[in-house]
Amino acid sequence: MCGIIGIFAKTEESERRLGEYAAQMLLQMADRGPDSAGMAVYRDPISERESKLCVQAPTGAALEAALEAARAGIGVETHHLIGERHALLVVPVPAEEAQHWFERELPEVAVDSAGRSIELYKDAVAPRDFIETFGLATMSGSHALGHTRMATESRVTPEGSHPFSTGLDVCLVHNGSLSNHNRLRAELAREGTVFRTENDSEVAAAYLTSKLRGGATLEQALEGCLEDLDGFYTFAVATADGFAVLRDPIACKPAVMAETDDWVAMASEFRALATLPGAEGATVWEPEPGVVYDWGKAAVR
Amino acid sequence: MSVDLTAARTLSLADHTVRELNAALHAPDAERWEVLDPGGRHAIAAGLDAEISVEVAGHVGYYCAGMNQRASVHIRGNCGVGIAENMMSGKVVVDGDASQAAGATAHGGLLVIEGNAAARCGISLKGAEIVVGGSIGHMSAFMAQSGTIAVCGDAGEALGDSIYEARVYVRGEVASLGADCVAKELLEEHRLQLGELLERAGHGDLDPGEFRRYGSARRLYNFDVDDAGEY
Repeated sequence: MCGIIGIFAKTEESERRLGEYAAQMLLQMADRGPDSAGMAVYRDPISERESKLCVQAPTGAALEAALEAARAGIGVETHHLIGERHALLVVPVPAEEAQHWFERELPEVAVDSAGRSIELYKDAVAPRDFIETFGLATMSGSHALGHTRMATESRVTPEGSHPFSTGLDVCLVHNGSLSNHNRLRAELAREGTVFRTENDSEVAAAYLTSKLRGGATLEQALEGCLEDLDGFYTFAVATADGFAVLRDPIACKPAVMAETDDWVAMASEFRALATLPGAEGATVWEPEPGVVYDWGKAAVR
Repeated sequence: MSVDLTAARTLSLADHTVRELNAALHAPDAERWEVLDPGGRHAIAAGLDAEISVEVAGHVGYYCAGMNQRASVHIRGNCGVGIAENMMSGKVVVDGDASQAAGATAHGGLLVIEGNAAARCGISLKGAEIVVGGSIGHMSAFMAQSGTIAVCGDAGEALGDSIYEARVYVRGEVASLGADCVAKELLEEHRLQLGELLERAGHGDLDPGEFRRYGSARRLYNFDVDDAGEY
Protein backbone atom coordinates (compact mmCIF):
# COMPACT_ATOMS: atom_id res chain seq x y z
CA MET A 1 0.00 0.00 0.00
CA CYS A 2 1.19 3.57 0.84
CA GLY A 3 -0.73 6.80 1.20
CA ILE A 4 -0.32 10.02 -0.74
CA ILE A 5 -1.65 13.49 -0.09
CA GLY A 6 -1.26 16.78 -1.90
CA ILE A 7 -2.78 20.19 -1.31
CA PHE A 8 -2.53 23.53 -3.10
CA ALA A 9 -3.81 26.67 -1.35
CA LYS A 10 -5.92 29.07 -3.42
CA THR A 11 -6.50 31.68 -0.69
CA GLU A 12 -4.33 33.43 1.92
CA GLU A 13 -6.31 31.73 4.69
CA SER A 14 -5.52 28.29 3.20
CA GLU A 15 -1.85 29.27 2.82
CA ARG A 16 -1.71 30.26 6.46
CA ARG A 17 -3.27 26.95 7.55
CA LEU A 18 -1.58 24.73 4.94
CA GLY A 19 0.51 22.72 7.41
CA GLU A 20 -2.52 22.04 9.59
CA TYR A 21 -4.52 20.84 6.56
CA ALA A 22 -1.69 18.67 5.24
CA ALA A 23 -1.02 17.16 8.67
CA GLN A 24 -4.69 16.18 9.13
CA MET A 25 -4.71 14.57 5.69
CA LEU A 26 -1.48 12.69 6.34
CA LEU A 27 -2.80 11.37 9.64
CA GLN A 28 -5.81 9.87 7.85
CA MET A 29 -3.41 8.00 5.56
CA ALA A 30 -1.38 6.66 8.51
CA ASP A 31 -2.77 3.13 8.32
CA ARG A 32 -1.99 2.93 4.59
CA GLY A 33 1.67 3.45 5.49
CA PRO A 34 2.81 3.08 9.11
CA ASP A 35 6.53 2.45 8.27
CA SER A 36 7.68 5.95 7.34
CA ALA A 37 6.34 9.37 6.61
CA GLY A 38 7.43 12.46 4.76
CA MET A 39 6.23 15.84 3.62
CA ALA A 40 7.43 18.57 1.29
CA VAL A 41 6.14 22.07 2.00
CA TYR A 42 6.68 24.99 -0.35
CA ARG A 43 7.06 28.23 1.63
CA ASP A 44 9.01 31.43 2.21
CA PRO A 45 10.99 31.62 -1.06
CA ILE A 46 14.49 33.06 -0.68
CA SER A 47 16.58 35.15 -3.07
CA GLU A 48 18.27 33.77 -6.18
CA ARG A 49 21.71 34.19 -4.60
CA GLU A 50 20.85 31.80 -1.77
CA SER A 51 19.48 28.29 -1.45
CA LYS A 52 17.48 26.27 1.03
CA LEU A 53 18.70 22.78 1.84
CA CYS A 54 17.02 20.09 3.93
CA VAL A 55 19.61 17.62 5.18
CA GLN A 56 19.62 14.56 7.39
CA ALA A 57 22.61 12.86 8.99
CA PRO A 58 22.88 9.33 10.44
CA THR A 59 23.25 10.68 14.00
CA GLY A 60 22.92 13.93 15.92
CA ALA A 61 26.71 14.11 16.34
CA ALA A 62 27.21 13.66 12.60
CA LEU A 63 24.75 16.49 11.96
CA GLU A 64 26.65 18.82 14.33
CA ALA A 65 29.91 17.97 12.60
CA ALA A 66 28.32 18.47 9.17
CA LEU A 67 27.04 21.92 10.15
CA GLU A 68 30.52 22.85 11.36
CA ALA A 69 32.07 21.70 8.09
CA ALA A 70 29.40 23.47 6.00
CA ARG A 71 29.98 26.76 7.81
CA ALA A 72 33.65 26.55 6.91
CA GLY A 73 33.12 25.12 3.41
CA ILE A 74 30.24 27.07 1.83
CA GLY A 75 28.95 29.27 4.63
CA VAL A 76 25.61 28.84 6.42
CA GLU A 77 23.43 31.95 6.85
CA THR A 78 20.81 30.35 9.07
CA HIS A 79 20.03 26.88 10.24
CA HIS A 80 17.09 25.30 12.02
CA LEU A 81 17.50 21.95 13.74
CA ILE A 82 14.54 19.58 13.65
CA GLY A 83 14.60 16.53 15.88
CA GLU A 84 18.11 15.13 16.30
CA ARG A 85 19.24 14.37 12.77
CA HIS A 86 17.46 16.83 10.46
CA ALA A 87 18.18 20.47 9.67
CA LEU A 88 17.02 23.21 7.34
CA LEU A 89 19.90 25.37 6.13
CA VAL A 90 20.02 28.59 4.15
CA VAL A 91 23.36 28.88 2.37
CA PRO A 92 24.78 31.77 0.34
CA VAL A 93 25.51 29.72 -2.79
CA PRO A 94 23.31 28.36 -5.62
CA ALA A 95 21.51 25.10 -4.76
CA GLU A 96 23.33 22.86 -7.26
CA GLU A 97 26.70 24.05 -6.04
CA ALA A 98 25.66 23.39 -2.44
CA GLN A 99 24.35 19.91 -3.33
CA HIS A 100 27.62 19.02 -5.08
CA TRP A 101 29.61 20.26 -2.13
CA PHE A 102 27.69 17.97 0.23
CA GLU A 103 28.01 14.97 -2.14
CA ARG A 104 31.76 15.54 -2.36
CA GLU A 105 32.62 16.56 1.20
CA LEU A 106 29.97 14.88 3.36
CA PRO A 107 28.66 11.83 1.49
CA GLU A 108 27.15 10.40 4.70
CA VAL A 109 24.78 13.40 4.91
CA ALA A 110 21.71 13.17 2.68
CA VAL A 111 20.49 16.36 1.02
CA ASP A 112 16.76 15.56 0.92
CA SER A 113 15.88 18.70 -1.00
CA ALA A 114 17.43 21.82 -2.44
CA GLY A 115 15.88 24.90 -3.98
CA ARG A 116 14.43 28.30 -3.16
CA SER A 117 11.11 27.35 -1.57
CA ILE A 118 10.96 23.56 -0.99
CA GLU A 119 11.37 22.16 2.54
CA LEU A 120 11.36 18.36 2.58
CA TYR A 121 11.27 16.30 5.76
CA LYS A 122 11.09 12.51 6.02
CA ASP A 123 11.93 9.75 8.44
CA ALA A 124 11.31 6.07 9.16
CA VAL A 125 8.80 6.79 11.94
CA ALA A 126 5.03 6.47 12.32
CA PRO A 127 3.12 9.32 10.64
CA ARG A 128 1.71 10.68 13.92
CA ASP A 129 5.18 10.93 15.49
CA PHE A 130 6.53 12.42 12.28
CA ILE A 131 3.94 15.22 12.27
CA GLU A 132 4.70 16.08 15.90
CA THR A 133 8.48 15.88 15.70
CA PHE A 134 8.69 18.07 12.62
CA GLY A 135 6.04 20.58 13.78
CA LEU A 136 4.25 20.31 10.45
CA ALA A 137 0.84 21.45 11.65
CA THR A 138 2.11 24.97 12.37
CA MET A 139 3.70 25.54 8.97
CA SER A 140 2.25 27.90 6.41
CA GLY A 141 2.94 27.52 2.72
CA SER A 142 1.56 27.59 -0.81
CA HIS A 143 1.38 23.82 -1.38
CA ALA A 144 2.47 20.52 0.11
CA LEU A 145 2.89 16.84 -0.79
CA GLY A 146 2.98 14.05 1.77
CA HIS A 147 3.49 10.29 1.89
CA THR A 148 2.98 7.43 4.32
CA ARG A 149 4.95 4.33 3.42
CA MET A 150 4.23 0.62 3.64
CA ALA A 151 7.45 -0.77 2.19
CA THR A 152 7.29 -3.53 -0.43
CA GLU A 153 10.32 -3.08 -2.67
CA SER A 154 13.17 -2.10 -0.40
CA ARG A 155 14.27 -1.55 3.19
CA VAL A 156 12.58 0.79 5.66
CA THR A 157 15.18 3.53 6.16
CA PRO A 158 14.97 7.32 6.60
CA GLU A 159 16.48 7.75 3.13
CA GLY A 160 14.09 5.23 1.59
CA SER A 161 11.13 7.34 2.74
CA HIS A 162 9.24 9.65 0.40
CA PRO A 163 9.11 12.32 -0.99
CA PHE A 164 12.14 11.91 -3.25
CA SER A 165 13.69 15.07 -4.58
CA THR A 166 13.84 15.05 -8.35
CA GLY A 167 15.70 18.29 -8.93
CA LEU A 168 15.72 21.82 -7.54
CA ASP A 169 12.35 22.57 -5.93
CA VAL A 170 10.89 19.37 -7.45
CA CYS A 171 9.87 16.23 -5.58
CA LEU A 172 7.85 13.06 -6.09
CA VAL A 173 5.70 10.73 -3.99
CA HIS A 174 4.72 7.28 -5.25
CA ASN A 175 2.13 4.66 -4.37
CA GLY A 176 2.80 1.44 -6.23
CA SER A 177 5.72 -0.67 -7.39
CA LEU A 178 7.85 -0.57 -10.52
CA SER A 179 9.04 -3.76 -12.17
CA ASN A 180 11.72 -2.37 -14.52
CA HIS A 181 13.50 -0.17 -11.99
CA ASN A 182 16.76 -2.17 -11.96
CA ARG A 183 17.36 -1.71 -15.68
CA LEU A 184 16.34 1.97 -15.52
CA ARG A 185 18.61 2.51 -12.51
CA ALA A 186 21.55 1.10 -14.44
CA GLU A 187 20.81 3.33 -17.44
CA LEU A 188 20.45 6.46 -15.27
CA ALA A 189 23.60 5.57 -13.29
CA ARG A 190 25.52 5.43 -16.58
CA GLU A 191 24.30 8.99 -17.24
CA GLY A 192 25.80 10.01 -13.90
CA THR A 193 22.89 9.82 -11.42
CA VAL A 194 24.00 8.89 -7.91
CA PHE A 195 21.48 6.62 -6.15
CA ARG A 196 21.30 6.52 -2.37
CA THR A 197 18.83 3.63 -1.96
CA GLU A 198 17.56 0.44 -3.65
CA ASN A 199 14.11 2.03 -3.78
CA ASP A 200 12.08 1.83 -7.01
CA SER A 201 10.52 5.25 -6.35
CA GLU A 202 13.97 6.85 -6.24
CA VAL A 203 14.42 5.53 -9.78
CA ALA A 204 11.14 7.17 -10.85
CA ALA A 205 12.34 10.43 -9.29
CA ALA A 206 15.70 10.16 -11.06
CA TYR A 207 13.93 9.39 -14.34
CA LEU A 208 11.91 12.62 -14.02
CA THR A 209 15.03 14.58 -13.09
CA SER A 210 16.80 13.26 -16.16
CA LYS A 211 13.87 14.20 -18.42
CA LEU A 212 13.56 17.68 -16.88
CA ARG A 213 17.32 18.28 -17.25
CA GLY A 214 16.98 17.28 -20.88
CA GLY A 215 14.56 20.17 -21.39
CA ALA A 216 11.20 18.39 -21.00
CA THR A 217 8.34 20.18 -19.28
CA LEU A 218 6.90 18.46 -16.20
CA GLU A 219 3.93 17.33 -18.27
CA GLN A 220 6.20 15.88 -20.98
CA ALA A 221 8.35 14.17 -18.36
CA LEU A 222 5.28 12.56 -16.78
CA GLU A 223 3.98 11.49 -20.18
CA GLY A 224 7.35 9.82 -20.69
CA CYS A 225 6.60 7.66 -17.62
CA LEU A 226 3.70 6.09 -19.49
CA GLU A 227 6.18 4.83 -22.11
CA ASP A 228 9.24 4.02 -20.04
CA LEU A 229 8.03 2.85 -16.62
CA ASP A 230 6.63 -0.65 -16.19
CA GLY A 231 4.58 -1.28 -13.06
CA PHE A 232 1.94 0.24 -10.87
CA TYR A 233 1.96 3.84 -9.85
CA THR A 234 0.04 6.84 -8.70
CA PHE A 235 2.55 9.70 -8.70
CA ALA A 236 2.20 13.18 -7.30
CA VAL A 237 4.98 15.59 -8.29
CA ALA A 238 5.41 19.07 -6.84
CA THR A 239 7.28 22.00 -8.34
CA ALA A 240 7.81 25.53 -7.04
CA ASP A 241 4.51 26.54 -8.67
CA GLY A 242 2.11 23.66 -8.05
CA PHE A 243 1.68 19.93 -8.31
CA ALA A 244 0.79 17.26 -10.88
CA VAL A 245 -0.79 13.80 -10.59
CA LEU A 246 -0.43 10.76 -12.85
CA ARG A 247 -1.87 7.25 -12.57
CA ASP A 248 -0.58 4.35 -14.67
CA PRO A 249 -2.91 3.12 -17.44
CA ILE A 250 -4.03 0.05 -15.43
CA ALA A 251 -4.87 2.29 -12.46
CA CYS A 252 -4.80 -0.27 -9.64
CA LYS A 253 -3.51 2.34 -7.22
CA PRO A 254 -6.13 4.75 -5.98
CA ALA A 255 -6.36 8.54 -6.22
CA VAL A 256 -9.15 10.99 -5.50
CA MET A 257 -9.14 14.72 -6.14
CA ALA A 258 -11.24 17.55 -4.82
CA GLU A 259 -11.46 21.27 -5.40
CA THR A 260 -13.18 24.22 -3.73
CA ASP A 261 -12.66 27.98 -4.08
CA ASP A 262 -10.11 27.69 -1.25
CA TRP A 263 -7.96 24.71 -2.22
CA VAL A 264 -7.21 21.88 -4.66
CA ALA A 265 -6.26 18.56 -3.09
CA MET A 266 -5.52 14.94 -3.93
CA ALA A 267 -5.22 11.86 -1.76
CA SER A 268 -5.15 8.09 -2.00
CA GLU A 269 -8.56 7.99 -0.35
CA PHE A 270 -11.44 10.39 0.18
CA ARG A 271 -11.23 10.16 3.97
CA ALA A 272 -8.07 12.29 3.83
CA LEU A 273 -9.93 14.95 1.82
CA ALA A 274 -12.88 14.78 4.22
CA THR A 275 -10.76 16.49 6.88
CA LEU A 276 -10.54 19.71 4.82
CA PRO A 277 -12.91 22.63 5.44
CA GLY A 278 -15.67 22.67 2.85
CA ALA A 279 -14.99 19.08 1.72
CA GLU A 280 -18.73 18.23 1.79
CA GLY A 281 -19.43 20.79 -0.91
CA ALA A 282 -16.23 20.22 -2.94
CA THR A 283 -16.12 18.99 -6.51
CA VAL A 284 -14.77 15.45 -6.14
CA TRP A 285 -13.50 13.18 -8.89
CA GLU A 286 -11.20 10.28 -9.59
CA PRO A 287 -8.34 11.04 -12.00
CA GLU A 288 -8.47 9.06 -15.24
CA PRO A 289 -5.75 6.48 -15.83
CA GLY A 290 -2.82 7.65 -17.95
CA VAL A 291 -3.80 11.33 -17.87
CA VAL A 292 -1.57 14.08 -16.41
CA TYR A 293 -3.42 16.51 -14.12
CA ASP A 294 -1.61 19.63 -12.99
CA TRP A 295 -2.20 22.77 -11.01
CA GLY A 296 -0.04 25.82 -11.02
CA LYS A 297 -0.42 29.28 -9.56
CA ALA A 298 -1.26 30.53 -13.05
CA ALA A 299 -3.87 27.82 -13.62
CA VAL A 300 -6.02 28.43 -10.56
CA ARG A 301 -5.66 32.12 -9.78
CA MET B 1 -41.61 -2.95 26.03
CA SER B 2 -42.57 -2.56 22.37
CA VAL B 3 -40.16 -1.19 19.80
CA ASP B 4 -41.42 1.27 17.21
CA LEU B 5 -40.07 -0.27 14.01
CA THR B 6 -41.30 2.58 11.84
CA ALA B 7 -39.19 5.25 13.51
CA ALA B 8 -35.86 6.03 11.85
CA ARG B 9 -32.64 5.72 13.80
CA THR B 10 -29.95 8.34 13.15
CA LEU B 11 -26.34 7.61 13.89
CA SER B 12 -23.35 9.90 13.28
CA LEU B 13 -19.94 8.47 12.48
CA ALA B 14 -18.48 11.56 14.14
CA ASP B 15 -19.73 10.07 17.42
CA HIS B 16 -19.66 6.31 16.69
CA THR B 17 -17.19 3.90 15.11
CA VAL B 18 -18.02 2.01 11.93
CA ARG B 19 -17.86 -1.16 14.03
CA GLU B 20 -20.58 0.19 16.35
CA LEU B 21 -22.70 1.22 13.37
CA ASN B 22 -22.39 -2.15 11.68
CA ALA B 23 -23.10 -4.03 14.92
CA ALA B 24 -26.33 -2.03 15.26
CA LEU B 25 -27.27 -2.70 11.64
CA HIS B 26 -26.56 -6.42 12.04
CA ALA B 27 -29.16 -6.66 14.84
CA PRO B 28 -31.51 -3.89 13.76
CA ASP B 29 -34.19 -2.53 16.08
CA ALA B 30 -35.59 -0.23 13.39
CA GLU B 31 -36.46 -0.50 9.71
CA ARG B 32 -35.05 2.85 8.63
CA TRP B 33 -31.58 4.13 9.40
CA GLU B 34 -29.76 7.34 8.62
CA VAL B 35 -25.97 7.53 8.82
CA LEU B 36 -24.41 10.99 9.14
CA ASP B 37 -20.80 12.16 8.71
CA PRO B 38 -19.51 9.11 6.81
CA GLY B 39 -16.28 11.02 6.01
CA GLY B 40 -15.15 8.45 3.43
CA ARG B 41 -14.81 5.70 6.06
CA HIS B 42 -14.48 2.10 4.87
CA ALA B 43 -16.91 -0.83 5.21
CA ILE B 44 -19.93 1.29 6.13
CA ALA B 45 -23.10 -0.85 6.23
CA ALA B 46 -21.20 -4.00 5.22
CA GLY B 47 -22.60 -7.45 5.88
CA LEU B 48 -26.25 -6.48 6.35
CA ASP B 49 -28.83 -9.27 6.32
CA ALA B 50 -32.25 -7.74 7.13
CA GLU B 51 -35.03 -5.95 5.30
CA ILE B 52 -33.99 -2.48 6.43
CA SER B 53 -33.22 0.72 4.55
CA VAL B 54 -30.06 2.67 5.27
CA GLU B 55 -29.37 6.15 3.96
CA VAL B 56 -25.82 7.49 4.15
CA ALA B 57 -25.52 11.29 4.00
CA GLY B 58 -22.18 11.83 2.25
CA HIS B 59 -19.19 10.16 0.61
CA VAL B 60 -18.15 6.65 1.68
CA GLY B 61 -14.87 4.73 1.43
CA TYR B 62 -14.09 1.17 0.38
CA TYR B 63 -16.44 -1.86 0.37
CA CYS B 64 -19.56 0.00 1.43
CA ALA B 65 -22.60 -2.33 1.57
CA GLY B 66 -20.33 -5.29 0.83
CA MET B 67 -21.95 -8.74 1.04
CA ASN B 68 -25.35 -7.08 1.30
CA GLN B 69 -28.42 -9.31 1.70
CA ARG B 70 -32.01 -8.01 1.60
CA ALA B 71 -31.16 -4.48 2.80
CA SER B 72 -31.59 -1.31 0.76
CA VAL B 73 -28.62 1.07 1.05
CA HIS B 74 -28.66 4.57 -0.43
CA ILE B 75 -25.43 6.62 -0.61
CA ARG B 76 -26.01 10.35 -1.02
CA GLY B 77 -22.50 10.92 -2.34
CA ASN B 78 -19.59 9.12 -4.02
CA CYS B 79 -18.16 5.77 -3.01
CA GLY B 80 -14.68 4.27 -2.96
CA VAL B 81 -13.43 0.90 -4.20
CA GLY B 82 -15.75 -2.13 -4.25
CA ILE B 83 -19.23 -0.77 -3.51
CA ALA B 84 -21.69 -3.69 -2.97
CA GLU B 85 -18.90 -6.19 -3.49
CA ASN B 86 -20.27 -9.73 -3.34
CA MET B 87 -23.83 -8.49 -2.79
CA MET B 88 -26.28 -11.41 -2.54
CA SER B 89 -29.63 -9.58 -2.68
CA GLY B 90 -31.21 -6.22 -1.87
CA LYS B 91 -30.51 -2.87 -3.47
CA VAL B 92 -27.67 -0.35 -3.34
CA VAL B 93 -28.00 3.12 -4.88
CA VAL B 94 -25.14 5.63 -5.24
CA ASP B 95 -26.12 9.20 -6.12
CA GLY B 96 -22.59 10.16 -7.18
CA ASP B 97 -19.65 8.35 -8.77
CA ALA B 98 -18.20 4.96 -7.85
CA SER B 99 -14.51 4.05 -7.77
CA GLN B 100 -13.16 0.84 -9.25
CA ALA B 101 -14.58 -2.68 -8.88
CA ALA B 102 -18.17 -1.58 -8.23
CA GLY B 103 -20.37 -4.63 -7.73
CA ALA B 104 -17.42 -7.03 -8.01
CA THR B 105 -18.42 -10.72 -7.74
CA ALA B 106 -22.00 -9.75 -6.77
CA HIS B 107 -24.37 -12.73 -6.88
CA GLY B 108 -27.73 -10.97 -6.69
CA GLY B 109 -29.55 -7.75 -5.97
CA LEU B 110 -29.50 -4.42 -7.82
CA LEU B 111 -26.68 -1.84 -7.80
CA VAL B 112 -27.54 1.56 -9.28
CA ILE B 113 -24.80 4.16 -9.77
CA GLU B 114 -26.21 7.49 -10.92
CA GLY B 115 -22.82 8.97 -11.84
CA ASN B 116 -19.81 7.24 -13.42
CA ALA B 117 -18.18 3.99 -12.33
CA ALA B 118 -14.39 3.67 -12.70
CA ALA B 119 -12.35 0.67 -13.89
CA ARG B 120 -13.40 -2.97 -13.45
CA CYS B 121 -17.08 -2.31 -12.83
CA GLY B 122 -18.88 -5.65 -12.43
CA ILE B 123 -15.65 -7.67 -12.48
CA SER B 124 -16.41 -11.39 -12.06
CA LEU B 125 -20.12 -10.60 -11.77
CA LYS B 126 -22.03 -13.69 -10.64
CA GLY B 127 -25.69 -12.80 -11.11
CA ALA B 128 -26.42 -9.30 -9.80
CA GLU B 129 -27.77 -6.43 -11.89
CA ILE B 130 -25.81 -3.17 -12.25
CA VAL B 131 -27.19 -0.01 -13.83
CA VAL B 132 -24.82 2.93 -14.37
CA GLY B 133 -26.30 6.33 -15.25
CA GLY B 134 -22.96 7.63 -16.54
CA SER B 135 -19.98 5.80 -18.03
CA ILE B 136 -17.81 2.89 -16.89
CA GLY B 137 -14.00 2.55 -16.91
CA HIS B 138 -11.64 0.04 -18.49
CA MET B 139 -11.74 -3.74 -17.96
CA SER B 140 -15.37 -3.66 -16.84
CA ALA B 141 -17.30 -6.96 -16.80
CA PHE B 142 -13.96 -8.83 -16.81
CA MET B 143 -14.74 -12.57 -16.50
CA ALA B 144 -18.35 -11.72 -15.65
CA GLN B 145 -20.18 -15.01 -15.31
CA SER B 146 -23.87 -14.13 -15.09
CA GLY B 147 -26.07 -11.13 -14.36
CA THR B 148 -26.56 -7.88 -16.25
CA ILE B 149 -24.71 -4.57 -16.58
CA ALA B 150 -26.56 -1.68 -18.24
CA VAL B 151 -24.54 1.46 -18.98
CA CYS B 152 -26.35 4.64 -20.04
CA GLY B 153 -23.09 6.35 -21.06
CA ASP B 154 -19.85 4.97 -22.55
CA ALA B 155 -17.61 2.01 -21.72
CA GLY B 156 -13.80 2.15 -21.42
CA GLU B 157 -11.22 -0.15 -22.97
CA ALA B 158 -11.36 -3.96 -22.97
CA LEU B 159 -15.03 -4.25 -22.09
CA GLY B 160 -16.08 -7.79 -21.18
CA ASP B 161 -12.64 -9.39 -21.45
CA SER B 162 -12.97 -13.18 -21.03
CA ILE B 163 -16.67 -12.76 -20.28
CA TYR B 164 -18.86 -15.82 -19.65
CA GLU B 165 -22.66 -15.55 -19.70
CA ALA B 166 -23.25 -12.07 -18.24
CA ARG B 167 -25.14 -9.61 -20.45
CA VAL B 168 -23.78 -6.12 -21.03
CA TYR B 169 -25.85 -3.29 -22.52
CA VAL B 170 -24.16 -0.01 -23.46
CA ARG B 171 -26.01 3.04 -24.78
CA GLY B 172 -22.94 5.10 -25.76
CA GLU B 173 -19.53 4.33 -27.24
CA VAL B 174 -17.35 1.36 -26.33
CA ALA B 175 -13.63 2.25 -26.44
CA SER B 176 -12.68 -1.38 -27.22
CA LEU B 177 -13.87 -4.91 -26.57
CA GLY B 178 -11.80 -7.38 -24.55
CA ALA B 179 -10.83 -10.89 -25.66
CA ASP B 180 -13.82 -13.03 -26.66
CA CYS B 181 -16.37 -10.23 -26.12
CA VAL B 182 -18.54 -9.37 -29.13
CA ALA B 183 -21.50 -7.16 -30.01
CA LYS B 184 -24.71 -9.18 -30.29
CA GLU B 185 -28.12 -8.53 -31.74
CA LEU B 186 -30.63 -6.85 -29.41
CA LEU B 187 -33.61 -9.21 -29.67
CA GLU B 188 -37.10 -8.59 -28.32
CA GLU B 189 -36.38 -10.61 -25.15
CA HIS B 190 -33.39 -8.34 -24.46
CA ARG B 191 -35.43 -5.17 -25.05
CA LEU B 192 -38.00 -6.41 -22.55
CA GLN B 193 -35.39 -7.44 -19.98
CA LEU B 194 -33.49 -4.15 -20.32
CA GLY B 195 -36.66 -2.01 -20.30
CA GLU B 196 -37.81 -3.66 -17.09
CA LEU B 197 -34.37 -3.27 -15.48
CA LEU B 198 -34.09 0.42 -16.45
CA GLU B 199 -37.58 1.01 -15.05
CA ARG B 200 -36.62 -0.55 -11.71
CA ALA B 201 -33.41 1.50 -11.63
CA GLY B 202 -35.24 4.80 -12.18
CA HIS B 203 -34.11 5.17 -15.80
CA GLY B 204 -37.43 4.16 -17.38
CA ASP B 205 -37.31 7.27 -19.59
CA LEU B 206 -34.58 5.69 -21.71
CA ASP B 207 -35.42 3.66 -24.81
CA PRO B 208 -33.90 0.16 -24.57
CA GLY B 209 -33.62 0.25 -28.36
CA GLU B 210 -30.80 2.82 -28.02
CA PHE B 211 -28.56 0.28 -26.25
CA ARG B 212 -26.28 -2.28 -27.85
CA ARG B 213 -25.81 -5.72 -26.38
CA TYR B 214 -22.41 -7.34 -25.74
CA GLY B 215 -21.59 -10.83 -24.59
CA SER B 216 -19.33 -13.82 -24.95
CA ALA B 217 -18.33 -15.25 -28.32
CA ARG B 218 -17.76 -18.48 -26.34
CA ARG B 219 -14.45 -19.18 -28.03
CA LEU B 220 -12.40 -19.23 -24.84
CA TYR B 221 -14.47 -21.79 -22.94
CA ASN B 222 -12.13 -24.56 -24.05
CA PHE B 223 -8.57 -23.99 -25.11
CA ASP B 224 -8.09 -24.13 -28.85
CA VAL B 225 -4.60 -23.52 -30.17
CA ASP B 226 -6.07 -21.34 -32.93
CA ASP B 227 -7.27 -18.93 -30.20
CA ALA B 228 -3.87 -18.62 -28.52
CA GLY B 229 -3.57 -15.04 -29.75
CA GLU B 230 -6.72 -14.10 -27.86
CA TYR B 231 -5.26 -14.80 -24.43
